[in-house]
Amino acid sequence: MINRRVLKVTGEIVLLIVSFLFLFGPMVSLFLWSIAEQWYWPSPLPQRVGLDYWKQALGLQKSFAIGAVSIVPAFFLSLTIALITVVVCMAIAIPAGYALAKYKIPFGGIILFLFLMPKAFPQQPVFVNLLQSFTRLRLAGSIPGVILVHILVGLVFGVWITNATFKSIPPELEEAARSVGANGFKTFLRITLPLAAPGLFSSAVFVFITSLDEFTGTFFIGLPFVHTLPLTLYSSSGYNMQFASVIAIILLIPSIFFMVLIQRILKAEYVGGMGG
Amino acid sequence: MSTLLLDHIDKYYGKTKAVDHLYLDVKEGELVTLLGPSGCGKTTTLRCVSGFLRPDKGDIYIGKRKVTDIPPEKRGIGLVFQNYALWPHMTVFQNLAFGLQLKKFQKKDIEQKVGEALATVKLEGMEERYPRQLSGGQQQRVALARALVLEPDILLLDEPLSNLDALLREQMRFEIAELQKRYGITTIYVTHDQTEAMVISDRIVVLNNGKIMQEGSPVDIYSKPANKFVAGFMGTTSFIEGSVQGNLGKYVQLQTNDGLFIYGIGEGFKEGDRASVVVRPENIGIIEKSSVSHEEDAKNIFKVSVLRASYVGEVIDYKFKVKNTILRAKGDAKRPLRSGDTVTVYLNPDELPIIRSD
Ligand SMILES: Nc1ncnc2c1ncn2[C@@H]1O[C@H](COP(=O)(O)OP(=O)(O)OP(=O)(O)O)[C@@H](O)[C@H]1O
Ligand SMILES: [Mg+2]
Repeated sequence: MINRRVLKVTGEIVLLIVSFLFLFGPMVSLFLWSIAEQWYWPSPLPQRVGLDYWKQALGLQKSFAIGAVSIVPAFFLSLTIALITVVVCMAIAIPAGYALAKYKIPFGGIILFLFLMPKAFPQQPVFVNLLQSFTRLRLAGSIPGVILVHILVGLVFGVWITNATFKSIPPELEEAARSVGANGFKTFLRITLPLAAPGLFSSAVFVFITSLDEFTGTFFIGLPFVHTLPLTLYSSSGYNMQFASVIAIILLIPSIFFMVLIQRILKAEYVGGMGG
Repeated sequence: MSTLLLDHIDKYYGKTKAVDHLYLDVKEGELVTLLGPSGCGKTTTLRCVSGFLRPDKGDIYIGKRKVTDIPPEKRGIGLVFQNYALWPHMTVFQNLAFGLQLKKFQKKDIEQKVGEALATVKLEGMEERYPRQLSGGQQQRVALARALVLEPDILLLDEPLSNLDALLREQMRFEIAELQKRYGITTIYVTHDQTEAMVISDRIVVLNNGKIMQEGSPVDIYSKPANKFVAGFMGTTSFIEGSVQGNLGKYVQLQTNDGLFIYGIGEGFKEGDRASVVVRPENIGIIEKSSVSHEEDAKNIFKVSVLRASYVGEVIDYKFKVKNTILRAKGDAKRPLRSGDTVTVYLNPDELPIIRSD
C-alpha cells in the first residue's frame, strides 16, 4: 500500500518537473544565451556573462559581432504591422462575428468555415500561391502586402472568437434592453458590447500576437524588403545564438504580458454572472 | 394602461404553424394567462406582441394603435423572462435606471422612481448589488421592478416563476397578481402550470397546437371544460366514456360500453351521441366501506375496487377500478384504504361535466 502511494507521489513529482522543464527550460536557456558573452562547449554555464548583446541588439552600443543586427527598426516595424492588423481585423471581425452569431445568414456556417481556410491547408503552398497573385498586384515585397497577409491569417482568430463571444450572450439580455426603449444600436452599445468586451479583447490579443509572430506568410510575401522581428530572428539565428535569443525574448514579452492580462480580464467580476 | 388586441394572427416557422388564427382581446387592466403544454405556441404569441416576431398574418393593436410593424422599443411593453435576463454588468440600480435614462428623466426623478419600484418588490437597499449577488427570487423581483418602473402599457411575462423552487413560486404568484392589480397594467402571463394560472388570472386562454382550445374565467375553465384536452390539462382527470341515453332534467345520462349508467351535467346532447364524463378526484366521495349496500340503481353510486393507494401527505391518492374504467381519487389519510379493498363511491352528478368525445 505504502509503496504504491510513494510510487504515485513520485510519479506526480516527476511529471511536474518534466512539464516544468518543458515550459521553462527553453526560456531559461534563451535567457542564458542572451547574456552569454562567452560560452564554449561543453561547459554547462557560460564562462562570461553580461548585457553586451542586449545593448548591441537594442542599438545602445555599436556592434562588430557576426550576424549582429539592430533589432530596433524591426521591432517597430513588427509593432506597427501588428497594430494595423489588429485594427483592420477587429473592424471586420466584430461586425462579421456579430452578424454570424445573431442573424440567420444564408450559408453562415460556410462563411465561418471560409475564414478558417488560410489555416486549414499546409502553409507553404498557400503562401506560394498568394505570392503569385500578390506579385501581379505589385504587393509582393511591400509592407501593405505583408499587412494583408497578416490580416488574412488574423481573421481566423478574429472572426471565430468574436463569433463565439457574441453567441454566448443570451438574446434575452438584448431583448430586455429593447423592451425598455433602447433601439438596436443603443442595445449593442450599452449591453452587447460591454458584455462582449472581454472576448473581443482576447480576440484582439490573439490577432496581435499572431501578427507579431507570423513567419511563413511574411517570409514568402515580404522578402527581400520587409524585415519583421521573426524574420530578423531567423536570419540571425544561423550566425549568432545571442542575438537570436534576445529577439526571441523580446517576441515573448508581449505574448506573456497579454496572456496574463487576458487571464485577469476573463476573471473579471461580472463575467462569472453571465447567463446565470 | 391600455387594451390589447391580437386580431387573428398566424405565425409559421418554416412549415410549422406555431400560432394558428389566434384572436385575443385583452381588456384594460386585465390579466390573461396563456396556458398550454410545451410547444403549443405561448412564447411565439408573446414574442409577436413584444415585437421580436412579426405575425405572418393578422395584426396587433395596443389601444387603438396598430403596432404590427412597430419595433419593440416603441411599443411601450414591459418584459419579464424565465431566466430573469438582468444585465450582469450593471448594478440593480443601473438595471432599473437604464430605461428611465433612455427616456431622459432627470437624475433626481430616476432615483426616486427606482427607489419606489424597489420598495414595491421589497428590495430596498439592494441598489448597489450586482445580479449575481442576489438569489433567484430576488433576481426575478428586480426583473419585475425593471419592467414596472417604466409604467408600460402592457406587461408580458413568460414563465417568470418556473426557475424558482415550489415554495417561492407559490409566494411570488400572489405578489405578482397583487402588483399587477395595484399598477392596473394590462398583462399577458405565460405558464404551463395550471395551478399558477388558476391563482393568478382574470381569464385563462388554453392553447394547443397554436389554437385556442377554450377561454374563460378560472372557474369556468375548470368546471365547464369545452373538450377533453382542456379537461385533461386542468389537473388530474379521469374520463368515463359512453353514449348518451337521454336527458333527465338538467342531467344527461350516459351508458358505458361495459354497461354502467352515469349522470352528469351537459347541454345540447341527444340520444346516441358519444360523450365523456369528466371526473376529478375531489368529485369522488368515498362512502365508508363498512356501510351496507345501497340500492343498485341509485344515481351515480358505484362499487369500486382499490387498485393502488399512495400517501402524499395529508391525503392518499387512489386508483379505483369500476368495471373497465380507472378513476383517480383522493381520500382522507386518517381512514386509509388498502389496495384490494372494495368500497362504495358516490359521484355527485352536479359536479360532473359531460363533454363531447371527438
Ligand atoms: N425559432 C424557431 N424555429 C423553428 N421552430 C420553432 C422556433 N421556436 C419555436 N418553434 C416551434 O414552434 C412551436 C411553438 O413554440 P413556442 O416556443 O411558442 O412554444 P411554448 O408554448 O412557448 O413552449 P414552452 O412551454 O416549451 O416554452 C413549437 O412547435 C416549436 O418547436
Ligand atoms: Mg415558451
